[in-house]
Amino acid sequence: MASKRGRMAQEVNAGSMADIAFLLLIFFLVTTTIASDKGIMNILPPKQDPNQPPPEVDLNERNIFKISLNLNDQYFVEDEVRRDIDGLSDEIKRFILNFGNPDEDAIALFNSLPPSLKGIADQSPQSSDHPMSGGAVISIKTNRGTSYEKYLEVLDLVKKAYFEIYGERVGLTGEEYRTLSGQSAAEKELINRGKENIPMAISIAEPDKTGS
Amino acid sequence: MSKFKKKTKAETNIPTSALPDIIFMLLFFFMVTTVLREQTILVEQKIPQATQLQKIQKKTLVSYLYIGKPKNASLYGSEPRLQANDALINTSDIVLWVNQQKDNLSEVERDQIWISLKADRDVKMGPISDIQFELREADARKLMYASVGKVENN
Repeated sequence: MASKRGRMAQEVNAGSMADIAFLLLIFFLVTTTIASDKGIMNILPPKQDPNQPPPEVDLNERNIFKISLNLNDQYFVEDEVRRDIDGLSDEIKRFILNFGNPDEDAIALFNSLPPSLKGIADQSPQSSDHPMSGGAVISIKTNRGTSYEKYLEVLDLVKKAYFEIYGERVGLTGEEYRTLSGQSAAEKELINRGKENIPMAISIAEPDKTGS
Repeated sequence: MSKFKKKTKAETNIPTSALPDIIFMLLFFFMVTTVLREQTILVEQKIPQATQLQKIQKKTLVSYLYIGKPKNASLYGSEPRLQANDALINTSDIVLWVNQQKDNLSEVERDQIWISLKADRDVKMGPISDIQFELREADARKLMYASVGKVENN
């Protein structure tokens, strides 16, 4: 009888369980770095064949939106000095959506745009011909001495302009469009519909070597 | 009056029997999300901020390149250097490194490799463009400028 009582009393002492768990928790809290695999995506152009000269690109001056950054991190937008780049994103949007000299496909594209984008779409002959390939291009040129941070800031704004246009076409905000993962068929369809016929034409020019 | 007093004196201690469970739950959360660093970073890393961030869905496709000023300036100098895996490399070694990274991937995924460029914000565009040139040579053209989120103020 006495032995039975002893067996009954054999119970694991769980009082310190919380302490042990706390210790482990603190260890993982300290070692953890919540993985931040985020960034601005960019596709580099294919490498140039040294035996073949770069293809002649027949682009009109008016189809290129030039943004450059010099050695002292000063901004030049369309060859004009800028103190800051507030509102550049909207300017880029207006440039991309300009139909200065549209062909048939571009007119079809214009008609397919939602009213909010048609509102921005202008027909200024001095600006880009149309947003399709062969039309508007955003060019970012840097100097070797430009800081990476400023370059990324500009690239960020250009991306923002494109994402807002894409989002608007499918009835989302730029932010929502950007975070689409493309894992389900419905999301893939949205992504493709957003960027259909408006390629993300960002040209990143080889930086200047000279200090100017 | 006496009735009131009695009530306030009633048991006030919080039941702590569920505490271990709560702690365990937190513990599991951190255990799952944690990524133990298998590399030591030899260069300074102050990642720039940006707003238009995107995520790469498949993590196995990503290879990391770190660039920044060496932490140990007396050993490696103060010019920005490039780190891949565990060692500092030269720009000319990038093609070799990319091919090694590609070999780690399966046959079908080899062309889909993403390079995540973790550059310090003080690096100039010179070294960055050299890296981009080498990556084009190595045919690893999907590049991601790693950056952290910024709160938009508009």
